[in-house]
Amino acid sequence: MSARFKTGDRVFVRQAEPIGHVRTPYYIRGKTGSIERLCGEFPNPEELAFGRSGLPRLPMYRVRFLQTEIWPDYRGRALDSVDVEIYEHWLESARQG
Amino acid sequence: MHDGHHDHEPAGKRDHDAPLTDYQRMEIAVRELLIEKGVVTADEIRRTVEAMDARSPAIGARVVAHAWTDPAFKARLLANGTAACEELGVEMGPTKLVVVENTADTHNMIVCTLCSCYPRMLLGLPPDWYKGRAYRARAVREPRRVLKEFGFNIPDNFNLRVHDSTADMRYMVLPARPAGTDGWSEERLAAIVTRDCMIGVAVPKVQ
Repeated sequence: MSARFKTGDRVFVRQAEPIGHVRTPYYIRGKTGSIERLCGEFPNPEELAFGRSGLPRLPMYRVRFLQTEIWPDYRGRALDSVDVEIYEHWLESARQG
Repeated sequence: MHDGHHDHEPAGKRDHDAPLTDYQRMEIAVRELLIEKGVVTADEIRRTVEAMDARSPAIGARVVAHAWTDPAFKARLLANGTAACEELGVEMGPTKLVVVENTADTHNMIVCTLCSCYPRMLLGLPPDWYKGRAYRARAVREPRRVLKEFGFNIPDNFNLRVHDSTADMRYMVLPARPAGTDGWSEERLAAIVTRDCMIGVAVPKVQ
């Protein structure tokens, strides 16, 4: 599977609430950030949790979110950020403008 | 019971042993089954636990001190943390390490909001607070206040970058080498790099 996003791309985290073992934290669902790097391809943990193979492997990224994007009342600097690891099926392209 | 004068105390009270939790029962059941079926031996399990307990932040400190004294190694460490640590003979197993560098305008800190992912091969077992809900929730919500509670007043002109280890990577902070350490040996440098400096809730201090 080839990676859909590259470093610097703006991405949107799906606002979904599937049941089961999910490694996308609630606090960044529905938020927009930038791809910091592609970490590689890994078995899908949502499948592994049920004893399945998790294949095909999914591209997995580090996505950087500005704190002010996540928490409207964040108190700190404008460039304070959180980097979160997210599997590709949780991400959608968020073109600016 | 033969130790006569303790006989009047309830057994549980003497031993400070809490009743087993469901997960502890499950762990024991699975472990005993694996041994019974010959998948692993009790000695293999014991040796693995012993190796886990033997790892300490001294391993990470040695890596940091080497990066401070060898710029080419530091570049390799930031590019591929796992390969660079293996160069120094650190056993990394399946760990995929990302090293994040504190600079003149950026401070990094590590958390795992989902559970307690931690670079055990470099730092040993995580401290209890790292696994607790308070740190895990607040490190992403109000990290500057959290740092202050650890006694670290992050300068106002520093950006704060939090790294949430939610999946397959593990993180270690490469602190900035403090002033006043010119000419120090790697061993002396390693001694000021504490566990908390590599989690990012403190910075190295020259005593």
